[in-house]
Amino acid sequence: MLRDITLGQYYGVNSPLHRMDPRTKMLWVIYYMTLLFMASSVWEYALMTAFTALAVKASRVPIGFITRGLKPIAILMLLTVGLNLFMTPTGSELWRLGFLKITDDGVVIAAKMAVRLVLLIIGSSLLTLTTSPIVLTGGIERLLAPFARLGLPSHEIAMMMSIALRFIPTLMEETDKIIKAQTSRGADFESGGPIKRVKAMAPILVPLFVGAFRRADELAVAMECRCYRGGSGRTSLRRFAFGRDDLFALIWAVALLAAIITIKVVTR
Amino acid sequence: MIKAENLSFSYRGDEGAAAALKKLNIDIAGGEFVAILGHNGSGKSTFAKQLNAILTPEEGRLTVFGIDTSDEGSVFELRKNVGMVFQNPDNQIVATVVEEDVAFGLENLGVPRDEMRRRVDEALKTVRMYDYRLHAPHLLSGGQKQRVAIAGILAMEPKCIVLDEPTAMLDPSGRAEVMETVRRLNREKGITIIHITHYMDEAVKADRCIVMDGGEVVMDGPPAEIFARVEELRALGLDVPQAAELMYELRKRGIDAPEGILRSAPCVEAIAKMYKDRGTANVR
Ligand SMILES: Nc1ncnc2c1ncn2[C@@H]1O[C@H](COP(=O)(O)OP(=O)(O)O)[C@@H](O)[C@H]1O
Ligand SMILES: [Mg+2]
Repeated sequence: MLRDITLGQYYGVNSPLHRMDPRTKMLWVIYYMTLLFMASSVWEYALMTAFTALAVKASRVPIGFITRGLKPIAILMLLTVGLNLFMTPTGSELWRLGFLKITDDGVVIAAKMAVRLVLLIIGSSLLTLTTSPIVLTGGIERLLAPFARLGLPSHEIAMMMSIALRFIPTLMEETDKIIKAQTSRGADFESGGPIKRVKAMAPILVPLFVGAFRRADELAVAMECRCYRGGSGRTSLRRFAFGRDDLFALIWAVALLAAIITIKVVTR
Repeated sequence: MIKAENLSFSYRGDEGAAAALKKLNIDIAGGEFVAILGHNGSGKSTFAKQLNAILTPEEGRLTVFGIDTSDEGSVFELRKNVGMVFQNPDNQIVATVVEEDVAFGLENLGVPRDEMRRRVDEALKTVRMYDYRLHAPHLLSGGQKQRVAIAGILAMEPKCIVLDEPTAMLDPSGRAEVMETVRRLNREKGITIIHITHYMDEAVKADRCIVMDGGEVVMDGPPAEIFARVEELRALGLDVPQAAELMYELRKRGIDAPEGILRSAPCVEAIAKMYKDRGTANVR
């Protein structure tokens, strides 16, 4: 069933990471990525790996959920690792087959690349695993709020995201219904070549779009009826406040930076 | 508290076509429970949208709780006081969590958080959806979704709620839930209810029925009076509650069945009484 697709991958438990303000987590992910891209020595990679493992443990999200996020990028990973492994020209040769050769430099670079990619995915999926979509959109709105003065429609962006989140399950359900209705009238979505299959999508897409526009129209009126007038003067039911867990996050950020600088200085 | 005087309206780009509302004169008092009936295209939704200035009169005047709906400066004051519930519950729920949706109107009005929390909880308790406050709306039943929509209106503490065919897409139990909620709001909180419906058994529960046709009011009165006019209703393409229809058919066959019977229980009583009074043989 189409509607079984859940949006995002939020895993709702109570952990320090879940309790953190979404803004803290988003800034942390950016910070974490920067550190990851600045890492050069094996020691730094080891440190980042250890830290990531600690964060995963603190999030109380089962490992299975976290590794699931790695599957979609498996091919990309194989490709980058393979390219680095076989195409690094420097270093002493370890193995050779025709024009393909593996050097010791290649092995190190490929390994670092793999670790960097895995950590990147795990780090960012920790954000979506510990933050529900609606909290995330609220956080984005507040994070972007300072840029509103520069003309960035931060409220509108967040509102669009949350309405999209709200209507995706509804539209999924509708798609399901339309497919069933058309199938029962003899439509065939399974057989034939790619062109025939794409053509077969028209009887699904047309009613879906018509329905979506009608919904959008009705929703706009319903929102107006409830005094919606854009972002100015709005308050929020949800409280966004920095708490104890956010303070810990800050301490961790400083500690990690200190450790990385130490490694860089010592190994130079 | 609602007063329409010679209210006329036609949709733009629709010139030449008949006006959607024609010189409407309607007076509705505070605390009334009014049902509006009429077949498709008779102007019910157009009238409903006039009440909170989604549409404004072309001619004539409409005042709602002392606010002239043409006055652009008071639009939000008006919409705070006149809540609107629509037919399709899916297309009026904005948020992905029930309580966030109920808070939507209050957020728009800039209500402080503590008061918002209190009003959201109270509204959810009133419609008996408090236990579902953290649920995702798309997983609720139709009746529950409509109650969430009502809670969202209720949190704004309106004086009047306009419901435009709120039960049309619901199953019988969902319809019953919504009707029970609406009646309770009317009785216990004194909220004026304007209920647009195709279901005659719902109209029977109102204090007053207004029947519209071609953008005009053609009948206006208590349900007992309206539903005694069976021929006229049929001519307008409307049904009559079954009990009223039965009584009408009996009267047509020369049996002295009482007028003003709209529900099944009094109908059963009346039939029993007719048997007693006239003897079984006679009635047969
Ligand atoms: N958005 C619109 N644009 C143009 N004409 C409309 C629009 N909405 C309704 N109408 C027309 O106005 C008349 C009244 O419609 P409406 O108020 O929706 O009736 P009801 O709710 O009683 O079914 C109908 O003739 C309808 O075709
Ligand atoms: Mg209508």
